[in-house]
Amino acid sequence: MTQEELLPLILKKDDKAFTLMYDMYSKNLYGVIYNLINDREEAEDVLQEVFVKIWKNIESYNESKGRFFTWIINIARNTTIDKLRSKGFNNSRKNLSSDNFVHLLDDSNKLSHMIDSIGIQEFVKKLKPKCIQIINLLFFKGYTQQEASDELEIPLGTVKTQNRNCINDLRNFLQV
Amino acid sequence: MMEVSAYIESGILELYVFGTLSEAETAEVAQMASKHPEIQEEIISIEKAVISLSYSMAPYLSAANYDKIRATLIEKHAKVVEMKPKNSIAPYIGWAAAIILMIGIGWQYTQLDSAKNEIVMIETENDTLEKQLNTVKLNQTQTESLLAVVRDQNNTVVALGGQAVSPESKAKVYWNQATQTVYVDAAGLPEPPQGYVYQVWALKLNPLTPTSIGLLDNFTANDSRLFAVSNTSGAEAFGITLEPAGGSISPNLEQLYTLGKV
Repeated sequence: MTQEELLPLILKKDDKAFTLMYDMYSKNLYGVIYNLINDREEAEDVLQEVFVKIWKNIESYNESKGRFFTWIINIARNTTIDKLRSKGFNNSRKNLSSDNFVHLLDDSNKLSHMIDSIGIQEFVKKLKPKCIQIINLLFFKGYTQQEASDELEIPLGTVKTQNRNCINDLRNFLQV
Repeated sequence: MMEVSAYIESGILELYVFGTLSEAETAEVAQMASKHPEIQEEIISIEKAVISLSYSMAPYLSAANYDKIRATLIEKHAKVVEMKPKNSIAPYIGWAAAIILMIGIGWQYTQLDSAKNEIVMIETENDTLEKQLNTVKLNQTQTESLLAVVRDQNNTVVALGGQAVSPESKAKVYWNQATQTVYVDAAGLPEPPQGYVYQVWALKLNPLTPTSIGLLDNFTANDSRLFAVSNTSGAEAFGITLEPAGGSISPNLEQLYTLGKV
């Protein structure tokens, strides 16, 4: 099933559409949320909130807003950041920037939960440190180019191309 | 207009998929994609990579979560329809006519209905088969990944033998000297009792110094029984003990299940 096939079903809001959507995207959303909040229970709460928002606001989505996947990832990031603010966690995502998705993988207890995707995880650990940083900021934390350029102290003009090179490494490994 | 390949190479499509462009930029990329199939294809490939990446970063997500969210959404959107009693006899005459009509067309209807049911059943069957195929494919990838971990040339393999409390137990440690990673094959251990967990220790022998390198959490859920634990350096032996859930600071040697020297 593709996003294009899924969308009309969600618009009808039937039971089956929810199950399909959950099967397709819950782990992706949970991965992104967990990466920001680093707490499984909090992440589960946010995940629930995110699905409610998607369900409620689906009518406002259209293709000019980008891919459906992108739209729901943005909802996940924004909801998580709101949650972090409301809880006064660290007040902003910037304070979390020392954490990245690879550090989470290094924690052995957590890794044993994630053993089903060991292949990609092993690969991700071997990505260049620069790539880990840039993917972490731009994808997982949702930084803009300007914010990433400031944080990594690299010229604004090279953020996009460096990121593309890193994603290309990942695509070569995944063969997509 | 910018050349299509230069547009693709600029890296803007990655940011489009990540969702970090402004509204105007997003709308512009969406428009470019609708005009140029190469751009659309590239976007879908990038998205696949990002979907795999984010999927692989998710910790274990319990099935209870699905039920909870489903209940929240479906209940919220169910509508209550109020029925008002009517006093007039006219509706009953109407109903009677309708029933007679329905008997007339009932037979045809059941024919149509059973045909429809058959289609639905076949569709469901297709769905199930497709899901099974995906599971098989996933299992295969997992098995291949596990094999790659186990077969690595740089591995030091340490066989752990059963001890007094459980002579039948055995386990293996794969210690990859190149990547400094440690995997434990725990297929030879019995399932831990409720409320207990196996804990893996790296040992130095003189004097005997145990260092915990991880728990074999979610033992029964891990079909392969292959666990990644923390790195260690200079271990002279590995041991596995049974500890209360959450693990212990130092090993309970009375519950030492397996032990082996490097």
